[in-house]
Amino acid sequence: MLYEAEVTINLKAGMLDPEGTTIKRALGHLGYNTESVKSTKRYVIELNAESEENARGLVDQMCQKLIANPIIHDYSIDLREIE
Amino acid sequence: MTVAIIQFGGSNCDNDVLHVLQNVLGIDAELVWYKEEKLDGYEAVVIPGGFSYGDYLRSGAIASRTPIMESVRKLADNGKPVMGICNGFQILTESGLLDGALTTNSYPKFKCEWSYLKVENTNTHFTSMYEKGQVIRIPIAHKDGKYYHDDISLQQLEDNKQVVFRYVDEKGNPTEAVNPNGSRNNIAGITNRMGNILGMMPHPERASETIIGSDDGLLMFKSMVEAGWK
Repeated sequence: MLYEAEVTINLKAGMLDPEGTTIKRALGHLGYNTESVKSTKRYVIELNAESEENARGLVDQMCQKLIANPIIHDYSIDLREIE
Repeated sequence: MTVAIIQFGGSNCDNDVLHVLQNVLGIDAELVWYKEEKLDGYEAVVIPGGFSYGDYLRSGAIASRTPIMESVRKLADNGKPVMGICNGFQILTESGLLDGALTTNSYPKFKCEWSYLKVENTNTHFTSMYEKGQVIRIPIAHKDGKYYHDDISLQQLEDNKQVVFRYVDEKGNPTEAVNPNGSRNNIAGITNRMGNILGMMPHPERASETIIGSDDGLLMFKSMVEAGWK
């Protein structure tokens, strides 16, 4: 089965997000008052796997081994079958 | 004694390190392309600065997963000196050879300027020729240089004397004003527990000749070479 996984990488709660802070400030220059702006990264991965569980397990391993850095990141995985 | 200077696609301080080792100190050193994989015959490794793989994913993340890093790990396991400068530091933390992570500077701008560092521990392969507490002048050049680790791990690093360089003022005080990037505890460089793996954001190879403003970095390479001989 072909699956599409959307991996979202967030900075852990409480960590400074300089990019988000800078965007918040720039929005302020444009007259938009925001409570907070957070930056995230999103990767879209297509992969073949035997089952949804199998696909999720593989993507989770990918996140732990490369895509996220456990010291500074949390991540979430959205998975869907595309075929 | 031959020092391997690892080149990844996007390394750009490789030849500066080679120049200092070969021409300033007269030490055998070679550039080693990352596809070599084996590091037999080398007594020390320098992972130079730059932007390996264009900083894709995270600074140092891709380079840290290349096969040559397994050879670097083996050499380090044998007690040989491994030094990561700037992007090299990021590669070492990403590979797990050093603790913590380098994240975007608190003020997210590329900073290129002189900094003062305090030598906090002289019992390492890279600082044995300095005086404890000595203040040295070495430049930085980075955007992702804010050292981060959680409270407990940070305390362990401090307790184990693994914080080897700290950003300080000229008199040696680690104030917030002289912290160029928001690093926790003003950390500029750390070692592993054994003291044979060093990662630092400042560039000692850019402070190894008085004609360019400072030669305070020379003793680092000299200490490393002496340690590599043993």
